[in-house]
Amino acid sequence: MKTMELRLTVNRQARLWNVAPGEILLNVLRREGYFGVKRGCETGECGACTVLFNGKPINSCLMFAAQAEGAEILTIEGMAQDEHLHEIQEAFLDHGAVQCGFCTPGMILSAKALLDKNPHPTEAEVREALAGHLCRCTGYLKPVQAVLAVEVKS
Amino acid sequence: MNNGPSVVTHNVRKVDGRKLVTGGAAFTDDIHLPGVLYGKILASPHAHARIKRIDARKARELEGVHAILTYKDVPRVPHTTAGQAWPEPSPYDTYLLDSKVRFVGDRVAAVAAESRAIAERALKLIEVEFEILPAVINMEQAMAPGAPVIHDEPESTKIYDASRNIAAHILREIGNVDEGFRQADFIFEHEYRTHRQQHAMLEPHVTISWLDPDGRLVIRSSTQVPYHCRRQVAMILQIPVSRVHVIKPRIGGGFGGKQEMLLEDISGALALATRRPVKMEYTREEECYMARSRHPQILRMKMGVKRDGTILASHMKVLATTGAYGSHANTVQGNTGSKVLPLYRAPHMRFECDVVYTNAPVAGAFRGYGCPQGFFAQETLVDEIAHKLGIDPVEFHRKNVIRLGDVDRLSAQLGEGREGLPRVIRSCGLPECLDRAAKAIDWTRKRTALPERNGHIKHGVGMSCSMQGSGIAGIDWASAFLKMNEDGSFYLQVGASDVGAGADTVLSQIAAETLGVTLDRVIITSGDTDITPFDVGAYASSTTIISGGAVKKAAEKVRAQVLDLAARMLDVPAADLDCANNEVFSPRRPGKRLSIADVAMFAMYKEKLQIMDGASHFNTDSPPPFCATFAEVEVDTQTGQVRVLHLATAVDPGVAINPMQAEGQVEGAVTQGMGFALTEELLLDEAGRPRNANFLDYKIFSAKDMPKLTTILVTTEEPLGPYGAKSISEVPINGPAPAIANAIYHATGVRIRKLPMRPEDILRALHDKQMQPGEEAVLV
Repeated sequence: MKTMELRLTVNRQARLWNVAPGEILLNVLRREGYFGVKRGCETGECGACTVLFNGKPINSCLMFAAQAEGAEILTIEGMAQDEHLHEIQEAFLDHGAVQCGFCTPGMILSAKALLDKNPHPTEAEVREALAGHLCRCTGYLKPVQAVLAVEVKS
Repeated sequence: MNNGPSVVTHNVRKVDGRKLVTGGAAFTDDIHLPGVLYGKILASPHAHARIKRIDARKARELEGVHAILTYKDVPRVPHTTAGQAWPEPSPYDTYLLDSKVRFVGDRVAAVAAESRAIAERALKLIEVEFEILPAVINMEQAMAPGAPVIHDEPESTKIYDASRNIAAHILREIGNVDEGFRQADFIFEHEYRTHRQQHAMLEPHVTISWLDPDGRLVIRSSTQVPYHCRRQVAMILQIPVSRVHVIKPRIGGGFGGKQEMLLEDISGALALATRRPVKMEYTREEECYMARSRHPQILRMKMGVKRDGTILASHMKVLATTGAYGSHANTVQGNTGSKVLPLYRAPHMRFECDVVYTNAPVAGAFRGYGCPQGFFAQETLVDEIAHKLGIDPVEFHRKNVIRLGDVDRLSAQLGEGREGLPRVIRSCGLPECLDRAAKAIDWTRKRTALPERNGHIKHGVGMSCSMQGSGIAGIDWASAFLKMNEDGSFYLQVGASDVGAGADTVLSQIAAETLGVTLDRVIITSGDTDITPFDVGAYASSTTIISGGAVKKAAEKVRAQVLDLAARMLDVPAADLDCANNEVFSPRRPGKRLSIADVAMFAMYKEKLQIMDGASHFNTDSPPPFCATFAEVEVDTQTGQVRVLHLATAVDPGVAINPMQAEGQVEGAVTQGMGFALTEELLLDEAGRPRNANFLDYKIFSAKDMPKLTTILVTTEEPLGPYGAKSISEVPINGPAPAIANAIYHATGVRIRKLPMRPEDILRALHDKQMQPGEEAVLV
């Protein structure tokens, strides 16, 4: 199969990636072992495959890997620094915001994107930021409370 | 010394939480196996057809294709996909692959290839000549004379009447319902309709199967029932159980949809055929119609009451469809009667039901398991009765609901597809649930003050009560094993299947509490048939009470071993010793104290003794958790749009082992319940093809669509449960549909008796009411 080289920074590490021209970013990330990027629908409706693309949440199932040339990508694997969880991750655990955990990586990344530009969001703003993430377990209350609690701490 | 529990009843963090928030490789598909092939199913495009000719030669010749299986290549073993205890009450009407297809999405063939793209190309190269048969999609036509017979194969067993498409039939009565109706002052009767709801778990079904170096078949799968799966796959593939190893990693939600063997058999067959690892996963679209759904039902509900509001007799008559296969047909519908009617103390009850086959996607287990349908009918009718008699619905419930010390005799008649056991109510927090949820929604004021009439936006409040079970009495059982390590930690091995609801955490809490250690000293492994002892799996709200009961028993045995040894080390009687906070000590003799790690080292290196033990557990009763649900809604009478403003749910789960997790179960359940009430329905066209097999058109609630949620846990002490626990995950899903329907009535004066309550139906009902003012629901 024809491949192309891609310059990509994932979780602060720059590297050259070999990808096929038609490959979807979700599939490339999972192939490379970023299993926190989840496959939930492959049609951009559930948000489980969310990564931060130059700081903005995107559905990696809707993007060709080649479109990511030169981009900085953050996946859930890059949220914790060494052994220290990010405070959003801590808040999700403290508030019981994780049940099956399948939608959790995407929710945490979208919460980070929100809090990076708006450290004191209202509940409505948090719900707006999480609206692209379908969750079948929690009813969203505890994830919303977790994100609001991060705002209180920082 | 004893200041109450130190681990159970505490809001500890989820024990498997860290790997879930960091994206650790925890789920079925989070591994790369060298040489893995991609398996794919050729799905039937027809609702009912016979395969006249199937030719896979061209597909086999495609480069990268390793195996194609059709019905000609596999053993023909009748079975059920329902993950139930043996002998399963569901009909044996399913085949690994068959020469007949019975719904759009049924298996025609399976392929294993080097990539998904090659597998998909191979499917297109399989030549199939179908003889298209007449199909029956509508359940009301399934039993009609001359309807196409869906299961005409002679090998299938346990079907009630295949010639009339009846998978299961139930008729049970206590007392004398006809006599009850004769004694009643009023009789109320209506028909209710429920629909096909999807589980919509975020992780679709996925299975990876391979042969280990010893040639045993390993199945890594997103399943709620690893043990049932092992038994069923062995039977279908005709290999010994000992040659199958099922591993359940973290599961991305199940809700009953994974209490079903869906991909394990076929991926196992492909792994055996290719001697290569084979991964199979449903796409979201396939998940919508090739997996399972909630059984649609048409319920006729009739109740007889005295003038003072005492319910004398209830009669529920149900027609349900199980789709093309009878998975859970008998038992889901049995629950519609046995868990719903006994909410009231009526001396006379009758439940009758036909579950019919149709050429439609297959229904199966789904959180609530027949109860959401039954409670929608019963609780909507009860609201109507209370209204007609001029009694507040809360008071009406108080007067009639089952209470402490009562015996539910219908359950004795209606067990798991056979005779059951009577239910004795040993704990009941329902009166307190009613009080507290009513208060949370400000019931008295909002009911008695005239609802705001803000132009075309009408406000209303409504309520419902429900109950469920905690495990299947006399059938569900579980086991647990514990062994001690040098540092005073313990390996806990359980067959129980955490599917995301937090079972691993709750079971670890029970072990830690009983052993007198901190939670970090318990390392749990669950749901691996080679490593962990048996458990029926995650269903029927059984895990906390049944698996938790096994863990508590095993921990008590191990604790006794620890204390015996410590007694010798400290030279005091074991009866004088206690164990808490990682220490063994004598409360009466202050100097006598040891760390639990010292006991472990002594056991292992002085005594040459592995401290370890296991236990099995079952109950002969299924204590019901209770629930009261109150909804406040606004209805736009110009559009028919319903907005839920506030949903208050009070649940009696016994003692909540982890209240934070228990609340999460309630919040998740009521959200699915609101979807069932308002937005979620898998639609089929006349040919049985799905019309909305994606998340854009199949609408589940998002964070922005949610109302205010209030969750109240009412504590009771259940004698049959570990530390007083019953269950919680299922019961709250029953409440929203009837509570919202009753709130819509309060707001607008129209009764909606069909789910989901779509704006167009509400608008039509409002219009009809306007045309016939005063023409209220029928009072017989």
